[in-house]
Amino acid sequence: MTETLETVPEVGRARRRKEDTRLVTGRTRWTDNIQLPGMLYVAFLRSPMAHARITRVDVSAARRRPGVVAAFSGRDFADEQGSLPCAWPVTEDMVQPDHPPMAVDTVRYVGEAVACVVATDRYRAADALEAIEVEYEPLPPVLDMNEALKPGSPKVHEAGNKAFTWKFSNGDVEAAFRDAPVVIDRRYRQQRLIPSAMEPRAVVVDTDGETFTLYSATQIPHILRVMLALTTGIPEHRLRVIAPDVGGGFGSKLQVTAEEVLCLLICRRLGKPVKWTESRTEGNLTVHHGRDQLQHIEIAAERDGRIRGIRVNLLADMGAYLMLVTPGVPLLGAFMYNGIYKMDAYDFTCTGVFTTKMPTDAYRGAGRPEATYALERAMDELAHELGLDPIELRRRNWIKHEEFPYTTIAGLTYDSGNYEAATEKALALFGYDKLRAEQADRRERKDPVQLGIGVSTYTEMCGLAPSRVLGSLSYGAGGWEHADVRVLPTGKVEVVTGSSPHGQGHETAWSQIVADQLGVPFEDVTVIHGDTASSHKGMDTYGSRSLAVGGIAIVRACEKVREKARQIAAHLLEASPDDIEFDRGVFRVRGTQSGKTIQEIALATFAAHNLPDGVEPRLDASATFDPENFSFPHGTHLCAVEVDTETGAVKIRSYVAVDDVGTVVNPLIVEGQVHGGIAQGIGQALFEEAVYDPEGNLLTTTMADYLLPSAADLPDFVTDRTETPATSNPLGVKGVGEAGTIASTPAVVNAIVDALRPYGVHDVPMPCTPERVWRAVQEGAAS
Amino acid sequence: MIPAPFDYVRPGSLDEAVTALADAGEDAKVLAGGQSLLPLLRLRLAYPSTLVDIGRVPELKGVRDEGDHVFIGAMTTHDEVLHSDLVRAECPLVALATATVADPAVRHRGTFGGALAHADPAGDLPAVAVALDMRMVARSRDGEREIPAAGFFVDYLETALGPGEILAGVRVPKLGPGWGFHYEKFHRTAQAWAIVGVAAAVRRSNGTIEEARIGLTNMATRPLRAAAVEQAVRGLAVTDTAALRGAAAHAAENTDPPSDLHGGPDYRRHLAQVLTHRALMAAAAA
Amino acid sequence: MPQITVTVDGITHEVEVEPRLLLVHLLRDRLGKTGTPIGCDTSNCGACTVLMDGKSVKSCSVLAVQADQSDILTIEGLSTDGTWHPLQKAFHEEHALQCGYCTPGMIMASLDLLRENPAPDDDAIRKGLEGNLCRCTGYCNIVRAVRRAAAEMSGREVSAT
Repeated sequence: MTETLETVPEVGRARRRKEDTRLVTGRTRWTDNIQLPGMLYVAFLRSPMAHARITRVDVSAARRRPGVVAAFSGRDFADEQGSLPCAWPVTEDMVQPDHPPMAVDTVRYVGEAVACVVATDRYRAADALEAIEVEYEPLPPVLDMNEALKPGSPKVHEAGNKAFTWKFSNGDVEAAFRDAPVVIDRRYRQQRLIPSAMEPRAVVVDTDGETFTLYSATQIPHILRVMLALTTGIPEHRLRVIAPDVGGGFGSKLQVTAEEVLCLLICRRLGKPVKWTESRTEGNLTVHHGRDQLQHIEIAAERDGRIRGIRVNLLADMGAYLMLVTPGVPLLGAFMYNGIYKMDAYDFTCTGVFTTKMPTDAYRGAGRPEATYALERAMDELAHELGLDPIELRRRNWIKHEEFPYTTIAGLTYDSGNYEAATEKALALFGYDKLRAEQADRRERKDPVQLGIGVSTYTEMCGLAPSRVLGSLSYGAGGWEHADVRVLPTGKVEVVTGSSPHGQGHETAWSQIVADQLGVPFEDVTVIHGDTASSHKGMDTYGSRSLAVGGIAIVRACEKVREKARQIAAHLLEASPDDIEFDRGVFRVRGTQSGKTIQEIALATFAAHNLPDGVEPRLDASATFDPENFSFPHGTHLCAVEVDTETGAVKIRSYVAVDDVGTVVNPLIVEGQVHGGIAQGIGQALFEEAVYDPEGNLLTTTMADYLLPSAADLPDFVTDRTETPATSNPLGVKGVGEAGTIASTPAVVNAIVDALRPYGVHDVPMPCTPERVWRAVQEGAAS
Repeated sequence: MIPAPFDYVRPGSLDEAVTALADAGEDAKVLAGGQSLLPLLRLRLAYPSTLVDIGRVPELKGVRDEGDHVFIGAMTTHDEVLHSDLVRAECPLVALATATVADPAVRHRGTFGGALAHADPAGDLPAVAVALDMRMVARSRDGEREIPAAGFFVDYLETALGPGEILAGVRVPKLGPGWGFHYEKFHRTAQAWAIVGVAAAVRRSNGTIEEARIGLTNMATRPLRAAAVEQAVRGLAVTDTAALRGAAAHAAENTDPPSDLHGGPDYRRHLAQVLTHRALMAAAAA
Repeated sequence: MPQITVTVDGITHEVEVEPRLLLVHLLRDRLGKTGTPIGCDTSNCGACTVLMDGKSVKSCSVLAVQADQSDILTIEGLSTDGTWHPLQKAFHEEHALQCGYCTPGMIMASLDLLRENPAPDDDAIRKGLEGNLCRCTGYCNIVRAVRRAAAEMSGREVSAT
């Protein structure tokens, strides 16, 4: 027996990532990198009309173009293409229109595929698109949600423009508002966003005539396989889905896309491997969009600031169709409009509305950033109304540390939290009092550049999700996650995870967890993911769930492996299993030095010469973990902005984030997630908006129009943590993927409004472009 | 996205280039650095029959001192302009504005002449060209002619270059001593085009502004001179902030700013005034 | 079709190309240099940045014919004898990448930045990388990585002289 083990636990270490090796050297395997012998290239012709009847599609000239192998219209697929799935019928009477992957009779948004060509290379395919003739009979676009709901509005679908109305209520809201000393009544607009993962989508499909292998830049290879089987009728066991290296998702690759279905059908027809890679312009038009809600929030409060109740009424733009989780996204916010605060009554209504725009669906945070934004903006308005410091107002309302676990008015049980600690730490790092003094000085001097301070205290429900809860919300699947852990004969370990990373660093973090659980070196663990042939079971990666659900599945599988190893160790050591204790990779007979390492046991298991009766010669195990509760990360973000009142320019001067994501497996990865999340939230606050013109044309089709912040547009972020372990899982982890995005948007806008209070400004619509800020100053000064 | 097919010629001299352009007919286009043209081709917003690549024409490259002016060859890259001691010494405003064009990689390919001939009113260099009264040297098979910057920019993406004419270079007048310069660019992200930009050159003597030249970016379909401001600013003390602000208030006169996602015309008119004031202050202090 | 000669990561290729072929497609589709990805149509994202004759360019906005006779360095040619370049090491050490899609372009742009300015401050780094978009990292760790690489590279230069 040899002693080879580090004494420092792996969980908590700032391990450099294993996945970097291929990523910093260009040895990556993006879907578009895949080239197969005889591969053909697909290009889609897309509707230039927001709403129209297709009266004629003629692909015959395209078929005659050089290099073209085939060309198809929607009619060619009509009998086999099925309908793109929506897995979340949020109400029994929800209108769920047919969603053909390729339009057959009617187009309902600009960018919808109407025809395609298949050619020997991508250049020939692009050329041939121009030879396709399509005639449209225009129908009126439907762009404004309020107008869409009026009687007599043109209809997106025959069944009308309302997809559903979903309500939640707890407590006596009428009473809370009746005679309330203070009522804040605000309307906010969550602009439409384009997720903009850096890797454009791509699909490759190959076949041997019997089975199909589909590679896709997807977050959800497992869900995709099931859905493709259900949509196309190709039996699930003849369908293998691979998510190779995937270049970011942020929810945008949590989808079953038209292109995936169509490429599969094209491959089946032609019997040849096919590839489709979208251009950024195609992506901006047709990768599902995010947000797009009109929010009406009312807070009833006492004079001392204590919240009596909150009433929320949302219109959520579904776009033209309901995609995978489109209708569920705003409802993920339904349980978050109360945030970290206590109150007696809460009422939530959401109406999903069809418009002739690209469908919306999950984008980083999915429902929770919207809720947190409206709540935290309105809390600042309440603080202003009452003349209270915004931090003090929050302090008076938040759930105190000693009150956990706490069941909220929205019906969730927050297992843990320490809002006091996170806020104190953030205030100290930020230099809150000093900045307030500078703000007063600038106001006094009437400095044209004013200073604003924004606060955002948030929590979120993540670790999606307890299957039972998902069922009660009518979601079409469970929320468990699966893992296999296999100790190989030489003592090395393979972990097969059902989560599907696209930048999160699972190969590293999962190795850290397994290293601790099995007492093996970090380097001895390899993580396999993203291929339904090697990872047969999984629920994939979204909703900050990979660690809090998938990580726990790994822990559970490791526990089973340890238990098997203990049996074998006991047999080899001629002791009772009850007398075997496990310590950092060694199974010892209690009170003795006699022991076996897990590597020795692995080899002995492989040889199988001397195993206990009834024990199979294998040192591996599977586990599927279904959480009993969500996890609830929280934190306090503070932002200081300088607002140039003459031009409307906003400069973020400093940004402090203190997040509590529970136990941290890898602080580098956690910090990176927070940084990126903050940047995306700032993007929404200041820069990003998908804009449609009155005819329903998307104006922001390129990165020259849809502005993403560069390094030169963002400050350095100061990040820190408090660690209040989750009590709902054995690692105490909560999840971190969405926290930064949820917290940062209101922090930034609160800061801008705070800067402009002396000018009579009480809101600036997002994104807070210089023009909008300037107009707010003009209008505020005029009122 | 992928460009539509085109024919391609790569002349080795300016004579060959103008011949090739004339021969290629009216749907031909000149390819300089390609940093504006390639995105247009990729988006299939342009379908030239032939590209005449002037990237290997030696006469079009480099910066020369030609006495009372500096000659900047059309194919001199933004990066080369920025690194030219001659430009920095004699035409600092060109260097200041060039430093704000796009990003480093684009500046390695994009050219001084290409940016001017593209005539995007949101581009940074056209406003500098009109502010400094640059003289554009056009070459065709028929010979060379000089076009003053004021007449060069005709409309949105349209210049006075005739078919068969290539912008060979630009003569940038040396302004002499006493001048201060500034380019004030206002944009939403570092990469974004200017919502409004102001190129200012100010000649000072004994603390007073004697002369100013002000070019406006993106205040019309072509770059403009803020003539009324130039008038109003004469004789003002360089430190008289209020008076300079008053002079700058004329910046929006005779402008016709566009309306787009980043700003309406009224906002741009307002910005022109604020930014002109700032540009004047900075140039006067430079 | 024009015939061009390009040297990519030290290997010289003679290829016939359509005039419209983008340099990035030459690299990826014809020469198998898939380390350089494509992120946009408009030269905004910088994912496709390579060095052309020692200077950064966006290979989606250069025609292959324009690259005739040039020397191209991609992310795949950056390591020497299996040893990572200081920038590759620094991006790894500072966790300056997540999905990694922007990383090749970001590293090549950083290489160009350090050629121009071997000891940039944070502002110069941020400004120098304005043409390269990352959607994952929020850039903080990228700035740190470039700073770290700058220190290592200048240290090496100092010891060499």
